[in-house]
Amino acid sequence: MSYQHPDQYSAGRAEAEHAEETEEARSGRPFEIEAATHGGPFRELVRDKLGMTALVVLVVLVLAAILAPWLAPSDPNKIGPRIRMRPPVWHGGTWSHPLGTDWQGYDVLSRLLYGARTSLFIGTVVVLVAGTAGVLYGLYAGYRGGRADRWLMGWVDVQVSFPGLLLAMLLIALVGGSVLSVTAILAVNGWMVFARLTRGVVLAAKERPYVEAAEIVGCTPRRVVFTHILPNLITPLATLSVLEFARIILAEAALSYLGLGIQYPGVSWGLDVARAQDHELFGNQWLILYPGILLSITVLSANLLSSWMRVALDPQEREKRFAGRAIRGGAAAEPGT
Amino acid sequence: MSEADTLVRLDGVTVTFDVGRDGFWGRHPKQLRAVDDVSFTIGRGETLGLVGESGSGKSTIGRALLRRTPVASGTITFDGQDITHVRGEPLRRLRRHMQLVFQDPYASLNPRMTVAELVSEPLRVHGMADSVEGARPVVSALLERCGLPADAADRYPHAFSGGQRQRVGIARALALEPAFIVADEPVSALDVSIRAQVVNLLQDLQRERNLTYLFIAHDLSVVRHISHRIAILYCGKLVELGPTADIYDRTKHPYTTALLSSVPIPDPPLQRSRTRIVLAGEVPNPVDPPPGCRFQTRCPMAEARCREQAPPLEEKAPGHWAACWLS
Repeated sequence: MSYQHPDQYSAGRAEAEHAEETEEARSGRPFEIEAATHGGPFRELVRDKLGMTALVVLVVLVLAAILAPWLAPSDPNKIGPRIRMRPPVWHGGTWSHPLGTDWQGYDVLSRLLYGARTSLFIGTVVVLVAGTAGVLYGLYAGYRGGRADRWLMGWVDVQVSFPGLLLAMLLIALVGGSVLSVTAILAVNGWMVFARLTRGVVLAAKERPYVEAAEIVGCTPRRVVFTHILPNLITPLATLSVLEFARIILAEAALSYLGLGIQYPGVSWGLDVARAQDHELFGNQWLILYPGILLSITVLSANLLSSWMRVALDPQEREKRFAGRAIRGGAAAEPGT
Repeated sequence: MSEADTLVRLDGVTVTFDVGRDGFWGRHPKQLRAVDDVSFTIGRGETLGLVGESGSGKSTIGRALLRRTPVASGTITFDGQDITHVRGEPLRRLRRHMQLVFQDPYASLNPRMTVAELVSEPLRVHGMADSVEGARPVVSALLERCGLPADAADRYPHAFSGGQRQRVGIARALALEPAFIVADEPVSALDVSIRAQVVNLLQDLQRERNLTYLFIAHDLSVVRHISHRIAILYCGKLVELGPTADIYDRTKHPYTTALLSSVPIPDPPLQRSRTRIVLAGEVPNPVDPPPGCRFQTRCPMAEARCREQAPPLEEKAPGHWAACWLS
């Protein structure tokens, strides 16, 4: 299970270059195209069936995670010695345990719901914390430039070159696995992508005449960075955040699977895969597959969503799609276009 | 010109850029002298036209004056104060007195801000207005003065033409009521038909507000109209400096002669009858300029002396300076 994909950094760089083109495309564009493509990102989402499905799946997952205490048939950690290995409903089980129970009598559905809670919570918090830290770091390094930039980005290179999983194992061995420690460690290990992406966009944005204009007019460096440079980052950051969210969920599952992450009585998909694997001799492979499938669906949806966002938030990409539809004659046929 | 009338003074200003390193382990940094020992003054209410071809260092002089580019040696004096090494907060406060009009009216306005936000920003960051709304009367007056429609304030830059955007840029530069404005090729990105309007606007504003301009351009046709004096720059060196009429009628430097001959005259018979000087040769590499005059490689009159010794900038006639052995 790879912990840090090198190509995600290059994806970040490509994203930064993209933002640059977008800016040029936005100014001085004919109004007709502007109006035609300004149906908004949502309209683009409705057209993109995969993206729409991904969004629906993620919304359902988030709702399930939030409402887990009300939706779950029972406490995920309640052992039921007398209800062990119940089959799911469609195999003659009862509605009190829709997906059956495992060898210790845990209700499978309840564990999945609470597992979603852990995964999505950790994914969200890590992206928020690592994202904020990385963006501030990248803004500072990119805007200061020169020696400060070289040292700060040098430190990023050092940390990236250190294997993340090893770092996590080391730290968790020291502080013990819990939601808090896993979140902290993944954040410590996840901010560098944001820093690199941000710095790249800042370097490009810093050379724009309107940023120079802001400086000449007498804006403080803080104002230049937050009012004039930061808006350039919204599109690439949104895309990167969703991608990172998926990566963090996988990383948490990996840690928990290895016994370094969430521990009993916590609930996690990764932990459940490991538990079920240890008891596979009981012959119920479904116990491994349930959390595994949910993990895959979540990560796949996040990736599909991010690829939709890349297109929908980028006027230039939208314009291309619009042009494509116009050529195929689709634009005329569609109502309201 | 007396000291009190001088607003801006450059003394032996040299700007260098690092362009890589030479030698084993890169022990010898290579430097490009973009601006080489340039001195001039600009009086209050005066317009100095600064003319040169691309790469001659004219924009670099403008940037150095505004303290955007560090100066390697020499001093810059503004209003009697040495500003060569001002930085940080004092520099930010100095911005109230010197502003820039950009070459590119498309890229120099933040596309995410309305015109009211753009024009009021200087006021807000210097504490002269507390909000966009608070600055509205001042902004409206400025926009009206710059010839923009009354409803312009609430629109975004992309709703305007190039000329109108440049007016927005001028309004923004004027908001702080600066004494000195660097206009960096303010009309070269505009259609020929509207250039005159923008130049006239700048001229009217100068008369009303006693503004001082450094007007940068790459050809002599635009600056003639607006400048009181003209400075000609070649490859980082000042080659000629004098009153506009003298530069045009009593040219002292062969480079200026060549520049003038490239300006078309709107009179076909006259245009046909005159000889156009087309410069052969190449601009010397400013990283490693040849000894002697920098114009020698393209000068039609170059002599042996020009290849050995660089001509100093001398006062050939009262107020008219040139750097040429032959004039």
